[in-house]
Amino acid sequence: MASDVAEGGFNIQPMEQFVIKPLFGGHELNWYTPTNMTLWMGIAILAATLLLIVGTRRRAIVPTRTQSIAEVFYSFVYRMVEDINGTAGLKYFPYILTLFTFVLAANSLGLVPYSFTTTSQAAITVTLALTVFLSVTIIGIIKNGPRFLKVFWIDSAPLALRPVLAVIEIISYFVRPVSHSIRLMGNMMAGHAVIKVFAGFAGALGVFAVFPVLAIMGVLALEVIVAFIQAYVFAILTVIYMNDALHPGGH
Amino acid sequence: MAVTGDLVQMGALIGAGLACTGMGGAAIGIGHVVGNYLSGALRNPSAAAGQTATMFIGIAFAEAMGIFSFLIALLLMYAQ
Repeated sequence: MASDVAEGGFNIQPMEQFVIKPLFGGHELNWYTPTNMTLWMGIAILAATLLLIVGTRRRAIVPTRTQSIAEVFYSFVYRMVEDINGTAGLKYFPYILTLFTFVLAANSLGLVPYSFTTTSQAAITVTLALTVFLSVTIIGIIKNGPRFLKVFWIDSAPLALRPVLAVIEIISYFVRPVSHSIRLMGNMMAGHAVIKVFAGFAGALGVFAVFPVLAIMGVLALEVIVAFIQAYVFAILTVIYMNDALHPGGH
Repeated sequence: MAVTGDLVQMGALIGAGLACTGMGGAAIGIGHVVGNYLSGALRNPSAAAGQTATMFIGIAFAEAMGIFSFLIALLLMYAQ
């Protein structure tokens, strides 16, 4: 809609890359239709699984490249969970590691030209964030019973302020899945749209296209960092939310 | 009918542009977080490593606000 204006006879649509299409032609989308999104999501799951399985199969003392990368991811997430949640949180470490590797694989695979960024779809990130939200709430209620409500009732604040804070805490608790999912989706979508906009400049400029191409290289380098940081942020926020379920009220 | 459609579209596009000013707020917020982290880290470098995670969480929260305004802009442009 916004890109009706053709610039220099070369029209590029920054949002076109996020359109979900069926893989084998046709236009109807059912829940079972294989689309470009399911394809790249499958590749991301396969890549994450293969990295960890192949990497830890031989367990050599002098690690190969694959093994050391798998070990770095494992120990990185393990230390993150242990630092924030303590030993009680290590029970949920596999879940956090799964989330981290999947989001990281999906983010990085989205940087490959002509690929599809799975995590730029709200359907994916909202599913991940809602799963985190529900599991945190359910684990918190099962483990602590009514003491879970201490998350909203802050003991360290003055008594008169506590009801006000409780309202704010309840609102922020239920906004969590929204911000958790929109952050990942927005970052991925914004970065890729920026690259496409610069690509549109390159098409319109002719000989001077070298400058937008240089800019694209810069943005792409930034996107590699963003892909990692967003996976890290997604995982560490999950850990922090999980902390509420494990130690309610203990900040 | 065509005129009203154009007016609505114009309003939506202007609104999308206005919504993007919210990203400036996120930029200020992120700059504040990282700047304060750096000034603290240069005073006491030995404590810096332990606070990197906190810095990234702060960045993530500040950034979320900018992402929200970006989302509003997208909704105005594409989801009328």
